[in-house]
Amino acid sequence: MSLVRCLLLAGSALVASPFLLAQSLSMNLPARVAAGSAFSVPTSGSGPGTLTIVGPGQALRRNVQLGSAVALAAGVLYNAGEYVAILSDGSDSQIGLFEVTAAQQPSTLSFLAEPSRLPVDLQNGISGTVYLFDVYHNLIVSPMPVSFDLSASSGPSQTRTVTTRYGVGWTRMNSAPKEGSAHFVAHAGDVSSTRVIDEVPGDPCNLSMTATPDGVKAKLQTAPVRDCSGNPVPDGTVVTFTASYNGMQSTVDVPLKKDIAQVEMPVPHGATISVASGVVAGNQIRWSGQ
Amino acid sequence: MRGAVLAIGIGIVTVVLVAIGTIWPIPSAIYFAGSGNGNVLRAPSAPEDAIQNLGIRIRLHQLPAAYNSLANKAEFTESDFDQDVTGFYTSLRTQATLESVDAQPLHQSDDQADMRVRFHWITVLGPYDDTRDIQVVRNGNRWQVDWPLVRRPSVPAQVIPVNYLRWDVIYSGSTDEWGSQNVAGPNVRIVDMRPVNRAEGVYVLGELLNNDVVPAWVDVRATLVGKDGNILGREDSFDMISHRLLPKQVTPFRIHFPNVDLSQVASIRMHPESILISASADPVVEILNQKYNVQPIASLTGQLSDQSGQTVNFAHVLSTFYDSNGNVVWVSDRYIGRALLPQSPVDFTVAVPEDLARKISSERTIVATYSPKGVEL
Repeated sequence: MSLVRCLLLAGSALVASPFLLAQSLSMNLPARVAAGSAFSVPTSGSGPGTLTIVGPGQALRRNVQLGSAVALAAGVLYNAGEYVAILSDGSDSQIGLFEVTAAQQPSTLSFLAEPSRLPVDLQNGISGTVYLFDVYHNLIVSPMPVSFDLSASSGPSQTRTVTTRYGVGWTRMNSAPKEGSAHFVAHAGDVSSTRVIDEVPGDPCNLSMTATPDGVKAKLQTAPVRDCSGNPVPDGTVVTFTASYNGMQSTVDVPLKKDIAQVEMPVPHGATISVASGVVAGNQIRWSGQ
Repeated sequence: MRGAVLAIGIGIVTVVLVAIGTIWPIPSAIYFAGSGNGNVLRAPSAPEDAIQNLGIRIRLHQLPAAYNSLANKAEFTESDFDQDVTGFYTSLRTQATLESVDAQPLHQSDDQADMRVRFHWITVLGPYDDTRDIQVVRNGNRWQVDWPLVRRPSVPAQVIPVNYLRWDVIYSGSTDEWGSQNVAGPNVRIVDMRPVNRAEGVYVLGELLNNDVVPAWVDVRATLVGKDGNILGREDSFDMISHRLLPKQVTPFRIHFPNVDLSQVASIRMHPESILISASADPVVEILNQKYNVQPIASLTGQLSDQSGQTVNFAHVLSTFYDSNGNVVWVSDRYIGRALLPQSPVDFTVAVPEDLARKISSERTIVATYSPKGVEL
C-alpha cells in the first residue's frame, strides 16, 4: 500500500471517527475502475444515506437508498488517481478506497519530434517521444506499443516499434542521405500524429566557379553548388567572391539562386579571384580578362 | 546734490563692473554668451575661422546663413547645399548632429588655403566622421569657404529585376496541442575567438557562422570568469556584429569589457544566440577596392556599391583584421552616413588602432544593411 493511500485512509478515518464503532453499514467498492466507465457500488444497511466520493480534481455526493447498489454513470469519474468513498447513514459511516485508471484506448498522443531540421545522413539525429493519453487526457501509464515511421521523399522508410514505459515511448532515427521533407509519424492504437522533418543538405562540396568578361566587368558564376552527397545546396546560401589585386581586394556576398551564385564585378587584369561559402573554400582563378 | 553724487557713483560702479565682467568673465557667463558651447562666430580673418564659422552655422541648423557665407554659392542652389549637408535620402546623416569641426591646413598662400576638414557627427548609433578637403579663399579682409559640393547621385531610369529568395516563418500558435512541433532555431557556431588586452579593457574578438539553411538573427554574449571563480563581467557584442546572417554567412564580433585586465581572467564563457527570422536575400552590396593603409593613418578604405534596385538607407561596415598567421587581431566598424543608391558607389573608411597597424596582414569586410519600411527613393 502506498504512502499516499495510507495517509488518505488515516485522514478519512479521523474525519469519520465518531462513526467508526458502528459496523452495520458496508459497501463493496471495485478496486480499480477505468476512467469514464460506468460502475455500481452495492451497499448494505437500510434507510436513506449519502455516498461521498473525493478524488483528484473531483468530489461528488449522492443521496442513496442503503441496501441497494449505487450506480455511477459513464463519464462521472474521469480523472485518473486514488479516490476515497464515504458511505454514511447519519449515525454510522463506512470508508473505502478505489483507483480510477486511464482508459486503455489511446485517444490523443503528444508527439515531440526533434529537431525540425537537420543535415542529411546523420545517424540517430532524429528523436521522437510520445506521451499517450486517453479521451479524458489521463496519461496511460500501462505499457502500450507505439510505432514510429519516418518516410523521406526518397529512399526506404524507417520503422521502429517500442513499448511505452510509464506513459512514454521514444526512439531515434537516422536522417536520409537525400535532402527533402520527411514525414515522421507515431502510431498508437487508432491514433497517430505526424511531424515534418526537413532533411537539408550539408556544407557545399567541390565549390567551383568560372569567370568570363562582361564589358568592363567580369561575370563570376559558380557551378551548381552541391553538398558531398550530391544534394543541391538551398537557394539563399551565401557565396563570397573575392578579387585580390595590388594589395587591394573587392568582395561580394551573393545568395544562391537556382543552385548558382553569380555576380558582375569590376576585376582588374592580373587579379586573383576566389570563391568560398561559410568555411568552405572553392577554386581560384587568375584573371587575364578573357 | 546728494542725489546727483549717488547717481554718478552708481554709474561709475556699473561701468567698472561691466568692464571687469567683460575682461575677466566668470565661466557661467562665458557659457551663456555662447562661447562655452563653441557657438560664437568670429570675424573670418583666417581660413580656420571661416571653417569654424561654417561649422557653427551647420551645427545650429542655420543652413541659409551657412550657404550665404560660401564663396562659391553661385555654383549651386541653397537646396543643393542643404541636401548635401543633411543627406539626400533617409540615412544616418539626416538624423545626425554636427558636434565639432577640426581643420588641418594642407597648403596656404595669401589668397587661398587648402584645408583637410574633419566633420565630427553625433548620431544615436554613435559618432562618425566625414572628412573633406576644402578650399578657403580670401575676398578682401574675409576668408570664405569654397564648398566642395557632393551632388545628388542620379540613378538612370531602369527596371532592375530582383528575385532573390525570401524566407517567411510561421511559428506554432498558442492554441496548438502540447508538444506540437515548432521550427527549430538556426544552428550557428563560433568559428574563431580571441581575447585581446588593451588599455581600455579586454576585448573578445571572433567570427560567427550561420551553419544552417535558414536566416538567423544572432548575437554573442561573453562572460569573463576570474581566477577566484567570480564573474568579472558579462557583455554582449551590441552593434559590433551583423545581427542578420543569411545561410553560411560569417560575421565578425567584438565584445568590450571595460576596466578589466586579461591577467585577471581565468576563462571566458561564450554564448552565441540565434533566432529564426523572416528575411530577404536582397540587397546584395559589393565591397569594392578595399585597401588597407598603414600610413599616414591606419585604416581600411573602399567603396560600397548597392547591386539591387532598392535604396539602402543605413549601411554598417564591419571589418575583421588578421595577422600573418590568420589570427584575428582586431574588429572595427563604420556606419555609412549616406544612403546607398542603386549602383552608386559610396566611399568608406574603417579606422584601425595605430598600435595594431603593423600586425595586420589581411582583412575581411562585410556590410550589414537596413532599410525601414515606408522609406522610398
